[in-house]
Amino acid sequence: MQRIRSAPPRYWLVLVAVLFLAGLPTVVTSFQASEWGGALILAIAIMGLNVLVGYSGQISLGHGAFMALGAYTSAILVHTYKLDFVATIPIAGVVTGVVGFLFGIPALRLSALYLALATFALAVVTPSLIKRPATLTGGVQGILLIQPDPPQFMKDGFAAITGTPMTSDQWIYYVILVCALLLFWFAWNLVRHRPGRAMRAVRDGEVAAAASGVNVAGYKTLAFGVSAFYAGVAGSLFALSTGFISPDTFPVGLSIQLLVGGVVGGLASIPGPLLGAIFVYFLPIESNQWVPSQTWIPIQVANTVVKAGPAVTYGAVLILIMIFAPNGIVGLVNAGYSRLRRRLLGASDRETGQVPPGPQTV
Amino acid sequence: MQELLQQIVSGLASGGIFASLALALVLIYNAMGLVNFAQGEMAMFATFIAFALIDHGFSYWIAFPITLVLAFAGGIAVQRIVIRPVERAPVLTLVIVTLGLATLFNGAAGFLFGYVPRSFPSPFSVSTVSIFGAYASYQDLGVIAVSGVVLLLIYLLLQRTTVGLTMRAAAHHPEASRLLGVRVSWMLALGWGLASAVGAVSGIMAAPALLLEPDMMQTVIIYAFAAAVLGGIESPLGAVVGGLIVGVTVNLAGAYLPFVGGDLQLAVALAIIVAVLVVKPNGLFGRPAVRRV
Repeated sequence: MQRIRSAPPRYWLVLVAVLFLAGLPTVVTSFQASEWGGALILAIAIMGLNVLVGYSGQISLGHGAFMALGAYTSAILVHTYKLDFVATIPIAGVVTGVVGFLFGIPALRLSALYLALATFALAVVTPSLIKRPATLTGGVQGILLIQPDPPQFMKDGFAAITGTPMTSDQWIYYVILVCALLLFWFAWNLVRHRPGRAMRAVRDGEVAAAASGVNVAGYKTLAFGVSAFYAGVAGSLFALSTGFISPDTFPVGLSIQLLVGGVVGGLASIPGPLLGAIFVYFLPIESNQWVPSQTWIPIQVANTVVKAGPAVTYGAVLILIMIFAPNGIVGLVNAGYSRLRRRLLGASDRETGQVPPGPQTV
Repeated sequence: MQELLQQIVSGLASGGIFASLALALVLIYNAMGLVNFAQGEMAMFATFIAFALIDHGFSYWIAFPITLVLAFAGGIAVQRIVIRPVERAPVLTLVIVTLGLATLFNGAAGFLFGYVPRSFPSPFSVSTVSIFGAYASYQDLGVIAVSGVVLLLIYLLLQRTTVGLTMRAAAHHPEASRLLGVRVSWMLALGWGLASAVGAVSGIMAAPALLLEPDMMQTVIIYAFAAAVLGGIESPLGAVVGGLIVGVTVNLAGAYLPFVGGDLQLAVALAIIVAVLVVKPNGLFGRPAVRRV
């Protein structure tokens, strides 16, 4: 990807986002909280994809498969081995991360194009691979999970604020939020320090990176492992929040959705995955509600629009963003910000004859 | 023995379909070093056009060439409008754009024609004929024949005509060709048009067996990937041989390996892709890639 020029991090913006997400369930309904939980789950998975695609420059079109692995790891542990759900989240992450790391080793030999091809094939084959060990995965019937009750102290604390006891949807939302915050914080630290610099060096010029002493193979597989870890945690949370998983929960469309989210938000950025996830998660849901409510659209047409609309939009958005704004929403905002800054500072600079300092290069 | 022969013949028939789609992939790969993830969806969309034409009263053998011409024009339009702006972009960008195209075509087909699977007419009867003791359906033989004719035509076009020579020159040495007066960009567009038409043939051949719906080619494209990778992704001959091998292998694995059965046939294709990429990345007919440091 191209180098992204971005404004320095705005801590107050991070604070606003965290407070917004933390306070959300106290204002919206329990169902809406679970929807936002779904968006945050996608944000985690997209952040994983972002580490791989955006920072290390390897492509994966099969991240839905890693999500499926995480989801089934958790679901089987809870369903068959009666483990506590929250305890299975890190296990699912680590299992998927190890598999991703191992997957990254043969991937080293492949060019970007072949890697895209192989991971795409994996994404298409995933549902039929899940169906086969039917005793373990429940086959086409899938696995049904009972959603956990919130612990007593959370119930009381929530009731003290809002007046109503916490539902399990709201509890799951907070579990997801904590995971998302931890993982975003981890990713932010990762990309700012040595591994992140090494990954970007590999992405921008493998030979130059190797010549500068970067362990190319090591960092590429590391990126795969970290990325899969994120997808595994996201899958595990997905199983927790929907309470039901089956092979058809993880179609190739899911992998595409993750990619669209990453691209729309902006690859190689930290806020990008969150924005992208909100876009790809709420687009089908909102169009589902909005289109049939418009009386001027005939019901027959509305049904097709609801079904085909998201796919058409995803496709068009992918193409348009890649052609006109390869750095996604974050890139657009940054470009607008620095242009505005230049415009505002430009007037005074003309008098002093000084050139405003360029935005910081990540 | 007789059953084995029958399985091989029907494997060759599906192999012909995979080979056509793989050939379309190879045509675009040779033109611009890109695997077109939208190839299957473009073929599916063309098949829907054929369906609409037949539905409006055209006979099969009139609708067929009209569809190919429309697919050819559509392929050129796609290259001009969508691909040209990102022609020089990194591979990652190109892959994402073609995936966007795939999603767009899939959604557009659903939007225009709906998601109900439709039966697609076949010009060949399903009755069987006996060859060397094995029974093969006219349908399978017809598919093999049509695919063979298409592949032969493409071969003749590329190897025996000036246009073919120019196309190959533009793909191999864009700068030198440009100096000699070849309009390289239009040659790429021509490659996209041809690929789109060849893909349309595979879609139309596949539709009677698979039933026509927007996700129809989603599995076929994976088999075509396997075929192209197995044959060496830059070799048209490799695509054909690869397609036939994949078709027969998958069919035999489904019939004789109880573990594979019907539902893991696609996994066989994945296994072929992974095995070839890890063991012999250049495939059967590809030249070893030389990387300049």
